[in-house]
Amino acid sequence: MRAFCERLLALVFALSVVCVAANAARADAYEDALAHFLADSFDDTIEGINAVAQSGHPLAEKVIVALQDGRLLFSEEQKRVFFKDEADRLFDAASGSPATGSPPADLSQVRLNNRLRRIIEATLGGLTLLAPDPAKRLEAAQAVFKSKDANALPALDQAIAKETNARVKRALSEARAAVILYLDDAAETDKIDAVGVMRDRGDNEALAVLRGLPDTAPPAVKQLAADAIASIERTLSAWETVQNAWYGISLGSVLLLAAIGLAITFGVMGVINMAHGEMVMLGAYTTFVVQEVIRTRYPGLFDYSLFIATPLAFLIAGMVGVLIERGIIQFLYGRPLETLLATWGLSLILQQAVRTGFGPTNKDVGNPSWMSGSFDLGHITITYNRLWIVVFTLLVFVLLLALLRYTRLGLEMRAVTQNRSMAASMGIRTGWIDAMTFGLGSGIAGIAGVALSQIDNVSPNLGQGYIIDSFMVVVFVGVGNLWGTLVGALTLGVANKFLEPFAGAVLAKIAILVLIILFIQKRPRGLFALKGRAVEA
Amino acid sequence: MFITKRAAAGRPLTRRWLIATAGLALGAGFVGQPAQAQETIKVGILHSLSGTMAISETTLKDVMLMLIEEQNKKGGILGKKLEAVVVDPASNWPLFAEKARELITKDKVSVVFGCWTSVSRKSVLPVFKELNSILFYPVQYEGEESERNVFYTGAAPNQQAIPAVDYLMSKDGGSAKRWVLAGTDYVYPRTTNKILEAYLKQKGVAQSDIMINYTPFGHSDWQTIVSDIKKFGSAGKKTAVVSTINGDANVPFYKELGNQGVKATDIPVVAFSVGEEELAGLDTKPLVGHLAAWNYFQSIKSPVNANFIKTWQTFTKNPKRVTNDPMEAHVIGFAMWLKAVEKVKSTDPNKVIDALPGIEAPNLTGGTSKMLPNHHITKPVFIGEVRADGQFDTVWKTPGLVPGDAWSNYLDGSKDLEADWVTLKCGNYNKVTKKCGGA
Repeated sequence: MRAFCERLLALVFALSVVCVAANAARADAYEDALAHFLADSFDDTIEGINAVAQSGHPLAEKVIVALQDGRLLFSEEQKRVFFKDEADRLFDAASGSPATGSPPADLSQVRLNNRLRRIIEATLGGLTLLAPDPAKRLEAAQAVFKSKDANALPALDQAIAKETNARVKRALSEARAAVILYLDDAAETDKIDAVGVMRDRGDNEALAVLRGLPDTAPPAVKQLAADAIASIERTLSAWETVQNAWYGISLGSVLLLAAIGLAITFGVMGVINMAHGEMVMLGAYTTFVVQEVIRTRYPGLFDYSLFIATPLAFLIAGMVGVLIERGIIQFLYGRPLETLLATWGLSLILQQAVRTGFGPTNKDVGNPSWMSGSFDLGHITITYNRLWIVVFTLLVFVLLLALLRYTRLGLEMRAVTQNRSMAASMGIRTGWIDAMTFGLGSGIAGIAGVALSQIDNVSPNLGQGYIIDSFMVVVFVGVGNLWGTLVGALTLGVANKFLEPFAGAVLAKIAILVLIILFIQKRPRGLFALKGRAVEA
Repeated sequence: MFITKRAAAGRPLTRRWLIATAGLALGAGFVGQPAQAQETIKVGILHSLSGTMAISETTLKDVMLMLIEEQNKKGGILGKKLEAVVVDPASNWPLFAEKARELITKDKVSVVFGCWTSVSRKSVLPVFKELNSILFYPVQYEGEESERNVFYTGAAPNQQAIPAVDYLMSKDGGSAKRWVLAGTDYVYPRTTNKILEAYLKQKGVAQSDIMINYTPFGHSDWQTIVSDIKKFGSAGKKTAVVSTINGDANVPFYKELGNQGVKATDIPVVAFSVGEEELAGLDTKPLVGHLAAWNYFQSIKSPVNANFIKTWQTFTKNPKRVTNDPMEAHVIGFAMWLKAVEKVKSTDPNKVIDALPGIEAPNLTGGTSKMLPNHHITKPVFIGEVRADGQFDTVWKTPGLVPGDAWSNYLDGSKDLEADWVTLKCGNYNKVTKKCGGA
């Protein structure tokens, strides 16, 4: 009995010695690994990443995440590696405890390039496959899918067995399939299953995996993969039509937004306003100023900046519009050529004024978080900023229709448009209505500027890019019809986007212009001709 | 600092005040010697201050004013002060020629620093030839040109495009096998892409692995093209995009890339026309890791660069103002011109043109650039990755300086040509026919 106890004790002792030694070895390996980060060379950093990951040290993940975010620092003089947490506090990477004393003077960041970023993503993927957070596991699965790292296979199998979240489970099995397909010594049946998984995934990335299949793959697998590629391509090309339609609607809504103000000033009033684009620009700069104020004073409000900018842009551009009408255009009614020249001159003046005031360079207008990124709908990618612009455009359109239809101002506007002298004799102040109509058109252009600032440059030239397109829409549909503007803008947008994949962006644009010219030959008054002052003139 | 009346037009009021007072102060110093007040050497600045190109060119005008001011603080040159004559060609190509003529004949400038787009350079060429004056051209361009009166201080394709492609083919760059060449539809992207296509094919890239795409100026709807790039990138081979997209169209392009989730680790984009100024108008966080190839980055650490950035930010009174590659080209060009003038003790164009080849001047990245007989200069090439703060992190550079090549070695018709204004006295000497005058 005693002998047995002694033996047991000896065993326990021996085990603990082994354990301690292993722990020490692990810590040593980790510290040795950290030393690779001191060299400031990409190749050494890669060795460092691999060694840190293999050390199994509890800090390994933290250090690699810090490296990915550019928070891993080193001091060549002290031969020590540090990391910063999100709150900018400095920690010693070797011990994980807060760094004491003043930070070393030669502290510099461990630098990254794309090759390293890919390796980090793959390594982190392997490390976080079993993370408690499902979002992290999903990210890890996607990283392994890209890296196709065979070393991750055991962890993947373990993760798939444990996974309860259906979406993550699918991503994990897709990642496993990708690894298997690129693994030379995997069983053929496994590979055939893997091709099936890719076929079910059916997107561009699955295509990339199947097309890049190594030459060593068994012929049966290759044949199946070729079938799968053909089938995925068929589905994707069907989806492409849907995608083109969506892109067309999105382009059309941008055209509509830019043209709708012009549809009022040119369409309803018959004024050729070459400074229309500059009203759009003023709206965009209003957004910039609002965001600047928010950034410096109330950073928490940033996500609401567009809601604040929209009414302001409407007011500012509208006021400038009223000033233009009262100051210049009211003296030029019935003289289109003079109006054209005067407003063109005005557009140059406004551009140069903004250039002098704000400087000639682009201004940084940020996307609020709800307007950044994208989501997948079937096999097409829809970006949030485009989606919200479509929604916003329709909203503006409906509001404008309601304004013209249900308010007194709208009634008077329509009256003046249809018969000026009759309206005047009914006691409507036609001059005032002219100014208001012009202000309304300009204000809407200002709102358009808020939306366009989200997808385009905010520079003094912003407006110029849209003036031709706006006129194109208005001329195409004919003057004085808001519904026509909607139909026309969407038609042009969709036509452009369906032409673009075949003809290229340059030719598509030319083709659209040629089509419009031919169309105008046939129907000089546009798609939806309407009676109005422009017709009388 | 001296400035003519016209020069002050079109600048912000505050600066005009400063210049006016500075001019008064300096003028007062010369009251005793009115004759000497006339004795200045005039330097023409031909950059658009209005119109589409003002976005890029205004900065170059400012940097020239700063360089001239700095030189005058050191006592000018040949015992005379320098005087800037600023004109505004308003992004209008024929107006460039008119303004150049005005600078040379009416203002009698000794040298002109100017132009940005290739078409503006082509427009002023005949004027400089006819009136025999000197133009320093500071922007990276498509090459295929060497003129006696022009000195090209920007990069030729072999100093920017070719090294960038080499980098992307290397292991560090991601060993790209499939290429998208995307550009704005005009002469610089078309010629550069022609050179790159020939170069890639020579490196064994198949035609089916190259996709070329052109877009109009100011293109703002990139949805189709970005999804085309994603589709092209799904062939199972590493794909890279080489972008010659012109300045203004870049912001919506990068926004679309960021929103559609094209990350630099999947499909890196290397750009030749995107610098610190262009990134200043962008939220760069989704773009981290995309690349640019230049001969200068603001983030490069060297004592001369630190000093230059400090002087520039003081001069513009904006501590956040960025610097970029074409600015450095003007710094080098101006220093070279000063050295040449000092060497021949004259501003006579013929003497200066002959003296310039061989002149060396320090660049801002710690090396010394040299003017070559083909009127191009030697430059280091850097590949930088976009950082979250809108600056670039140099991830690769050429081991030494790369001499600018006027005629590309990868294009038929151009590979036999050589430019040498020292021994051959010819800008397009044909090595096969042994004649001056092109292919």
